Amino acid sequence: MRAWLEKAGFDPRFTSLVLALALIWVALALATDGIFLTPRNLYNLSIQTCVTALMACGMVYLIVARQIDLSVGSQMAFTGMVIAWVQVEGLGAETPFAWIASIGAGLVAGMLLGAFQGWWTAYRGLPAFVVTLAGYLMFRGAAFLVADGQTLAPLSTTFQRIGGGVHGSIGPQWSWLLGLLACAWVISQAVYARRSRRRYNAAMAPMWAEVVKTLVTCAALLGFVAVVCAYPDPGVDEGVAATGKGIGVPVLILIAVAAVLTIVSQRTRFGRHVFAYGGNPEAAFLSGLPTKRVVLTLFMLMGALAAIAAVITTSRLNSGTHSIGQMAELYVIAATVIGGASFAGGVGTIPGAIVGALLIQSLDNGMVLMDVSSAKRQIFIGLILIGAVWMDNVYTRRMTR
Amino acid sequence: MTALVEVRGLSKHFGGLMAVDRVHCTLHAGEVVGLLGHNGAGKSTLIKVLSGVYPADEGEILVRGEQKTFESPSEAREAGIETIHQTLALAENLDAPSNLFLGRELLTPWRTLDTDRMEHEALQVISRLNPNFRDMKKPVRDMSGGQRQTVAIARALYFNAKILIMDEPCAALGPAEVRMVQETIRRLKAEGIGIFLISHDMGDVFEACDRVTVMKNGAVVDTVRVADVTQDDVLAMIILGEKSKARGTQMNTDEHR
Ligand SMILES: Nc1ncnc2c1ncn2[C@@H]1O[C@H](COP(=O)(O)OP(=O)(O)OP(=O)(O)O)[C@@H](O)[C@H]1O
Ligand SMILES: [Mg+2]
Repeated sequence: MRAWLEKAGFDPRFTSLVLALALIWVALALATDGIFLTPRNLYNLSIQTCVTALMACGMVYLIVARQIDLSVGSQMAFTGMVIAWVQVEGLGAETPFAWIASIGAGLVAGMLLGAFQGWWTAYRGLPAFVVTLAGYLMFRGAAFLVADGQTLAPLSTTFQRIGGGVHGSIGPQWSWLLGLLACAWVISQAVYARRSRRRYNAAMAPMWAEVVKTLVTCAALLGFVAVVCAYPDPGVDEGVAATGKGIGVPVLILIAVAAVLTIVSQRTRFGRHVFAYGGNPEAAFLSGLPTKRVVLTLFMLMGALAAIAAVITTSRLNSGTHSIGQMAELYVIAATVIGGASFAGGVGTIPGAIVGALLIQSLDNGMVLMDVSSAKRQIFIGLILIGAVWMDNVYTRRMTR
Repeated sequence: MTALVEVRGLSKHFGGLMAVDRVHCTLHAGEVVGLLGHNGAGKSTLIKVLSGVYPADEGEILVRGEQKTFESPSEAREAGIETIHQTLALAENLDAPSNLFLGRELLTPWRTLDTDRMEHEALQVISRLNPNFRDMKKPVRDMSGGQRQTVAIARALYFNAKILIMDEPCAALGPAEVRMVQETIRRLKAEGIGIFLISHDMGDVFEACDRVTVMKNGAVVDTVRVADVTQDDVLAMIILGEKSKARGTQMNTDEHR
């Protein structure tokens, strides 16, 4: 089965992950009498997944490069407080463009936190585990200090839309347009790749497999658009016929970030260097790669992504509190590992991490619908994590034998 | 004629251990110099200093008469020094083309990786060394020891080095591949490239090298011309660490080329 998948150009790991997700969805749909699969719940699920998935995109890079960041939750809290502070205390929430300035400040703050951790790790040679454990404590403390433990609210009304709540989506027309554009892009990429490979007479996966892969991807994209458009927008004013909500803003952000980071990881020098470093740090150094700079950049990227996650979270809460992002690091790392990244380094994909995040969030969401207590949910998700890593071990052992 | 590479009084220590101890040696264009010595003699450390991996503690390196200090492996590469390290320095999770172009990737006009062209180029240079090598998409992890070594050698050859350092390049190669490497060495020599060759195989050394520099415990025992000595003489130098009593070694071969 595995050999057959590989021959057809399917990544066996990713394929089994998607199949696992499909199984879980069917199970949850049955267990909740179909509530899980209602447009309303799937829209919420898509929004809930974004925060974890965004940070998982950065965590993949770090884990691929044999690093880890335990402080992402605390980074969210600190950058979230910075954002809220700029809006509420600094510029005034309804000052024009204050929300943009606050996002800029949050991103800079996140990158500075990342630079701090990256510097200690890359240039001073401390283990990332220790540095980011320290960051976990320090940044949480710093988040408290920003407003002396106060909650900062309310935030700009424009800013609130970023969280995907009221007016936080782009409506059916734009959603369909975007969905179709995405499909066109997927198809053109597949065609372009084949043409380029033919030019050099390189080996190619069979045509039918490529077609299946492209069709499944497009079907998933359009299916998603159809679902979120089927969810009537509850925020629309009384009296007007309700239209569908369409794709939520957080999802758009996630798609943009994931697309950019996927291209960076597969098509750029930097991405290649990250994977080379993760595969063999010594070889990367001997090949003249700027290994320290690569690691530093990765931590800064992680900080920026934590800041974006904080933008979405504070926007949804319409306030800045220092307690956001608790346990986020664990969910993010779990999502990344479930998505196929390996702590041995050099292995991991962004789509995998996003599906991993979706898988965890689906379980969480579904169990809430089933009235499972939060204590039991934690136990269950912990077990899923162990199961995923165990499967990863079995998989790698089989690969190297 | 100024030497391609001249090493003067080079030292490198790890804590209290003198891994390289005031080493002198030279390499001329179109010449192959063998670096010999027992395990732990300091050969790899010496060439790592030459290729910018370690900074020297003492002494200097001259490339074409010009003094150089390499801060990083990429600076040594820029000076035209390519190195095949004993450990091969391959990223196991990447395929052969990715490794071959690691740090020097070919880019499309949009500054993205030109993977297909890299694969094509890699196939050209690798199949010259080993015509049976076809599967370019396989990660290096899944290759045989000899195939990996072929990738490492191809990487050093592709970029038109002026100075080539080979740290036991044939250790894992089959007889046919060793022949190819020997032939490649001869071809490069004819093109005026200077080669430092580290090997424990006396036969290979005597076939490929013009001179050999023998090291023991970090220091140079002597440098002799291969034509002036027998394999037994050199073996004795490696084991006993004494200058050869054979004729012709009294004159300093470094000065008389
Ligand atoms: N990174 C290092 N740190 C500490 N000591 C080292 C390091 N690298 C090498 N050494 C020591 O330096 C000495 C020389 O090692 P080197 O690798 O240069 O030997 P070599 O001549 O290449 O041996 P071989 O034939 O086994 O490859 C050895 O005693 C080794 O233990
Ligand atoms: Mg050695």
